[in-house]
Amino acid sequence: MNKLSILKINNLTKKYYNKTALENVTLDFEPGRIYGLLGPNGSGKTTFMKVVAGLHKQTSGSVLINNEDLSYKTKAYVSFMPTENYLYDSFKVVDILKFYNDMYDDFRYDYAVNLINAVNVSTSYKITNLSSGQTGKLKTVLALSRDADIYMLDEPLNGVDVLARDTILDIITKSHNENKIMIISTHLVSEIEKILDTVIFLSEGVVELFGDAEELRQERQLSVEGLYKEVFKNA
Amino acid sequence: MREGDRLEFNNNVPIYLQVIERIKQDIVSGKLKPGEKMPSSREYSNELGINFNTVARVYKELEMEEIVFTKRGLGTFITESDMQIENLRYTMAKERITAFIDGMKQLGYTIKDMVEFIETENNHTEGNE
Repeated sequence: MNKLSILKINNLTKKYYNKTALENVTLDFEPGRIYGLLGPNGSGKTTFMKVVAGLHKQTSGSVLINNEDLSYKTKAYVSFMPTENYLYDSFKVVDILKFYNDMYDDFRYDYAVNLINAVNVSTSYKITNLSSGQTGKLKTVLALSRDADIYMLDEPLNGVDVLARDTILDIITKSHNENKIMIISTHLVSEIEKILDTVIFLSEGVVELFGDAEELRQERQLSVEGLYKEVFKNA
Repeated sequence: MREGDRLEFNNNVPIYLQVIERIKQDIVSGKLKPGEKMPSSREYSNELGINFNTVARVYKELEMEEIVFTKRGLGTFITESDMQIENLRYTMAKERITAFIDGMKQLGYTIKDMVEFIETENNHTEGNE
């Protein structure tokens, strides 16, 4: 079956002054799959996401989203959740939801409210009183409530307690569908690997491995985490 | 079905194979009945906390093995063939018994020893019930 390529990356290189953050990254993403962007800190995961999200400009190479070069327009196709906590402390959850609703044409307000209630975060809570787990859930819900083609979540499990991690994974799998691409960066491989279709190992800006998670388990008789440890043991 | 019954997965083994094994076991044990409708890939993946592509793969494999069948627009159903289920029971039992015999042989047991062991052990368990 010939699926329309939503995201195609060709020879992408990103340099900051004299440091190379991404080097000749070439990847083709298929709709309907969840991709794990895995690598130790400083391997280029965040840079990769920021370039695709249109927040950083690449040094060379191309990124095609829905067959268009990166531009102001392609930003609308991408929902990016940065790893930092960017929510205003003085806001309530409901204020953030309204803010997103005003900010993004594709924001599904009711969907977001249902989702946030389902994970036991009340819309009347103040941001400053949220636990790290609740903040993690809220950020994930916000990113996934946009009706985008590509979702990129940067370290959604970081600093989040174990129970909230499971909830976040549930939010991700439930909102995923066959027309969308989900890219999740993490170094917490064992927690996330059961929901991944494809894994991408990024090492010092270079794609070290790209493959179907189930096939890798079958071929190497290892978990993705086991493989990760093997590949990055010297990192 | 299987409410709140979340599978713990062994990440060293492909997840779809673990789900297949579980479904087969449930068919053989009668937990899943012949002709019973399976949840949609979407429902089942939510229930198991995995990706729906994994469940789609599970159904595809099981369909190739003729253990489930799909009715267009209606969903996926467990086979209605007793023979198919009987075959499945036999294959699964054989896998287990082969693994058991191999393991015991490595410990130096003969088949005769094994049979004796099983009988004693079985009497033991029954006595305790």
